[in-house]
Amino acid sequence: MFNSTVARLTYRALLGRRRALILFALPALLIVLSALVRALTGADDQTAVNVLGGFALATMVPLIGVIAGTGAIGPEIDDGSVVYLLAKPLKRSTITITKLIVAIGVTVTFSAIPTLIAGFLLNGNSQQIAVAYAVAAAVASVAYSAIFLLLGTVTRHAVVAGLVYALVWESLFGNLVPGARTLSVQQWALALAQKIGADGTITSDVGLPTALVLLAGVTAAATWFAVTKLRSLTLAGEE
Amino acid sequence: MPPETTAAPVHPAPDVIHNIGYRSYGGARLGRAYARRSLYSQSLRGAYGLGRSAKSKILPMLLFAVMCVPAAIVVAVAVFTKMNHLPLEYTRYAIYLQAVIGLFLAAQAPQSVSRDLRFKTVPLYFSRPIERVDYVVAKFAAMTTALFVLTAAPLVTLYAGALLAKLDFVDQTKGFAQGLVSVALLSLLFAGLGLVVAALTPRRGFGVAAVIAVLTISYGAVGTIQGIALNTDNTQIISWLGLFSPITLIDGVQTAFLSATTSFPGGHGPGTGAGVVYLLVLLAAVAGSYGLLTARYRKAGL
Repeated sequence: MFNSTVARLTYRALLGRRRALILFALPALLIVLSALVRALTGADDQTAVNVLGGFALATMVPLIGVIAGTGAIGPEIDDGSVVYLLAKPLKRSTITITKLIVAIGVTVTFSAIPTLIAGFLLNGNSQQIAVAYAVAAAVASVAYSAIFLLLGTVTRHAVVAGLVYALVWESLFGNLVPGARTLSVQQWALALAQKIGADGTITSDVGLPTALVLLAGVTAAATWFAVTKLRSLTLAGEE
Repeated sequence: MPPETTAAPVHPAPDVIHNIGYRSYGGARLGRAYARRSLYSQSLRGAYGLGRSAKSKILPMLLFAVMCVPAAIVVAVAVFTKMNHLPLEYTRYAIYLQAVIGLFLAAQAPQSVSRDLRFKTVPLYFSRPIERVDYVVAKFAAMTTALFVLTAAPLVTLYAGALLAKLDFVDQTKGFAQGLVSVALLSLLFAGLGLVVAALTPRRGFGVAAVIAVLTISYGAVGTIQGIALNTDNTQIISWLGLFSPITLIDGVQTAFLSATTSFPGGHGPGTGAGVVYLLVLLAAVAGSYGLLTARYRKAGL
């Protein structure tokens, strides 16, 4: 189920050259922002929730998920070099799952850990806010990686499709249409954060059991579909 | 004219080993300006998927439609409820739909420049009679025009609807003109930023993510700090924070000079003094992105 060579190749494709810059820049910005806010306003729980919920979980985690999830497989399919990988005597499921594990690892490292550090900077983990948001970021990372890896195998415009989901669906529709919030990875992760954080600090629109079932279901379904998709992959021409 | 009928030179050059009848080009040479114009029009068409496959027309056309539909709805509401002014300012429109503009830029700027880098076609451009500066100018102008078309079309819809609804002509024309100036500045700024980021990477997908990251992350960060500043009654700083993200920069400039209502939290937009700084930063950002692009293409493709 796991192949170290594929893992190494994927890891280098994700963190090679300039790609690593944007992955480092986003968490660095979050931490700088948190330090700035702390200096400006002092430790305040509501501020911590605003920064971690509005910036870290709503903007940074989906973006890193898009970059890592689609970046794990999209470019290879795009330039056709995936055929050399597929021609090796490896199961397609092994390739997909290895790439998914690497994508999850990268996303969790670059989103959950900075979120935790930012939370400690903002209010020193009072009312468990830092831990709650870090766990939410980690859980959301897993689901986002699986969804965006699937998108990478389905369409050549995976990044755009992923951004449309993250920006238009989760941010825009999520704010306007209450029903859309039930179908949002961010809210599922928040449900978990709500459980961990002290009472009344973090709110989610989804109940915890529903959220967990949906998270696990979406991750599993996306992975299964990505495996199926890669099994019958045909390389399209340019455009 | 078949090669046999060409008048054979009386004294063939001594270094010709074997004349296989190639003729040199004798037609009109259209020159540098023509090549630059072609590159501009092809890039502009390409931004809307014209002259490309049907699949690549979907996204730009869809975003164009999404951009125009709210304007049509606003006009319809204004006409049917017999309002005496539009429920939405011209200058406010682009700010509300910034996500659409951002997606358009993120999808089309890498399309315009990254593929040339990735397939190493940049040297082919420079084998034509264009210079590096022509390439940069043509791509920059094409992206700016594409964004201007995207942002000005809904304003034209609003204006036409306002005139049809017999709203005050002078009032509407003034608002429309201010809106056009504002979206022209927005197009210049966004095109510059998008192209600079996209030209850094030959990977299209990565370029898309990087452009959207620059736009949304900076806006998210500025919005978050502004919100906190408002909560802590630090209202002085709110008007200066807008300098750090593209869309709030445009908002600041149009609040100061184009009589727009600001969307900064608490309505603490910059006054005329701060507005001058906003305008300077905006012009510096446009000039800076032009400079960075020129610097990038000094080496690209070699």
